[in-house]
Amino acid sequence: MINRRHLLSMGVSAGAVSAFGSFARPSYAQSGSLKIGILLPFSGTYAPLGEAIMRSLELYTNSHGGKLAGREVSFVKVDDESAPPKATELTTKLIKGEKADILIGTVHSGVAMAMVKIAREDGIPTIVPNAGADIITRAMCAENVFRTSFANSQIGRATGDSMIKAGHKKAVTVSWKYAAGEEMVGGFKKAFAAGKGEVLKDITIPFPDVEFQSALAEIASLKPDCVYVFFSGGGALKFIKDYAAAKLGIPLWGPGFLTDGVEAEAGAAGDGIKTVLHYVGDLDNPENKAFVAAFQQAYKIPPDVFAVQGWDAAHLLDIGLKAVDGDTAKRTQLNAAMAAASFNSPRGPFKLSSAHNPVQNFYLRELKGGKNNYLGLAAAAIADDTVGCKLA
Amino acid sequence: MSLVLIQLLNGLQSGLLIFLAASGLTLVFGILGVINLSHGSFYMLGAYLALTFTGIFGDVFLALALGIPLAFLGGFLIEFLFIRHLYNRDHLQQVLLTFALILVFNEFQQVVWGSYPHSIPAPSYLADSVRLTEGLSYPVYRLALMAICLALALSMVLVIQKTRVGRLIRAAESNREMVEALGFDSRMIFRLVFAAGTALAATAGMLAAPIESAYPGVGDRVLIVSFVIVVIGGIGSIRGAFVGSLLIGLADAFGKVFIPQFSSIIIYALMALVLVVRPTGLFGRA
Repeated sequence: MINRRHLLSMGVSAGAVSAFGSFARPSYAQSGSLKIGILLPFSGTYAPLGEAIMRSLELYTNSHGGKLAGREVSFVKVDDESAPPKATELTTKLIKGEKADILIGTVHSGVAMAMVKIAREDGIPTIVPNAGADIITRAMCAENVFRTSFANSQIGRATGDSMIKAGHKKAVTVSWKYAAGEEMVGGFKKAFAAGKGEVLKDITIPFPDVEFQSALAEIASLKPDCVYVFFSGGGALKFIKDYAAAKLGIPLWGPGFLTDGVEAEAGAAGDGIKTVLHYVGDLDNPENKAFVAAFQQAYKIPPDVFAVQGWDAAHLLDIGLKAVDGDTAKRTQLNAAMAAASFNSPRGPFKLSSAHNPVQNFYLRELKGGKNNYLGLAAAAIADDTVGCKLA
Repeated sequence: MSLVLIQLLNGLQSGLLIFLAASGLTLVFGILGVINLSHGSFYMLGAYLALTFTGIFGDVFLALALGIPLAFLGGFLIEFLFIRHLYNRDHLQQVLLTFALILVFNEFQQVVWGSYPHSIPAPSYLADSVRLTEGLSYPVYRLALMAICLALALSMVLVIQKTRVGRLIRAAESNREMVEALGFDSRMIFRLVFAAGTALAATAGMLAAPIESAYPGVGDRVLIVSFVIVVIGGIGSIRGAFVGSLLIGLADAFGKVFIPQFSSIIIYALMALVLVVRPTGLFGRA
């Protein structure tokens, strides 16, 4: 049992350590190891996504001898559990407690929004490797906040464009009734309407309900010439199978996240689903080939879109750090260098919009035999709206 | 018009399936007096057992043949290890312990099966769909599922109403001391009831697996909806659970199509309505 004196002495020593820690900080700001705070889901539904991102971050640094801009890199990993209520405390812990120089996170949009809120106030250079909430690079945009993934609306728009190009005129949308679903559908509708397409109905399902029979019955009675769907994970798999069993005979479209991660499990039910995303495994460019080979060799599985986003987060950071010789105290220059960065990513040319969201290519893919196949470029260099962003 | 008929079919089908899980919950709640939050976990484990066993045997019904006894045994063991200590304690402690079980089972699921969703194939002889309307087909497996659930519901009522075990269970529910005074081991009766409840939830999970897939948290909604059904039908009443399940299934199916903006609250609104009219539930005793 811990007595009061023991507890007190522990408190005192902990205080001493943290006091010493902050005292010692300036001395290793240039030369010591670079501390990167990682806020990612390592447990729960999003654990595979967090792991893919983390693997790429480590792969990138390891392929540079464990150093970025000449400084040893150490990762301080925190599992955010995809729980927004815990995000504020965990982010503060990384910034104030661990004194991280750089912040990278996360997958879940709710967690990311709480994290970015603190990062904006603190000014710590921050990279978001997945969370797609539009607001992060719109109203919440900041000098020090960067995203290497996508904005939800951006993908919706690229998909809508492709569907117009494919000659579709009348669509029904189906998604969960939550922020990401609304943004994915919102972006799609904008592009579809701009191409003179008509949306007959938006069917929403309470999150995370997976009973789709009613929606399928409605689609059958509305008779659209295409269906645009956004679900992910278990919901996506179930929808794909139910849709196939209903034999509607109407082409199924969606953002790439509809099929990513469930390609093999969907099997024959997924054949013919067309999706649009900023990455597909068999992209033919030297960066992608090298990345796929390195990732495959290190982890024995092919990388997915999340791994690419993690890889580019490390790449973007590397560019920023090189501009300031690894001195993270020079935040203004570091941020400016990242904002101006332009490089070839496994996904194709990568640069950032004025709101720090990627301006990127989107690719049309078709699911066949449990694999997404590259059909062609859906849209080149698409940027998200920067509505509400003061940087823009 | 056809949309109404299709939704009728959808509502009945989802209602019949959820009945299996809800009947297990109402038995445990009504007879043992235990609030079992881990009921949804048994459903989830059922789905994952179906995944593993279907992988081995190739047919979900063979998976059931092995899975049901296994679930029964698991429930028996869990009652012996944990649940029996809860009978004389208040609901808060029951909630705490069964919530802890949820965390344990979730972690177990993560470790054994990982967090990517998996699909379970329907048996090849039921894998096809039948044409309902000009544009819409309905999976044969869902129709078979309705028949199986109906048969299970009927046999459950027969067991409880007509057999010696059923009479004992009903007796133990209404007067435990008297049953013991007559020389029956009520502890064993309780253990069997809990095991049966667990097996029912797992059976529902296994049967649903080919249409539902297996993924983390697949049983979460089942737990909540089952509680709603237990409250609507009356605690401990199998008949109530049956009627409640069909009501919920139909309300949900029609709500989604005709008043989509309220679809997420419609089953709770229905529960509130029933509670106002009949505070003990449709078939509950005061």
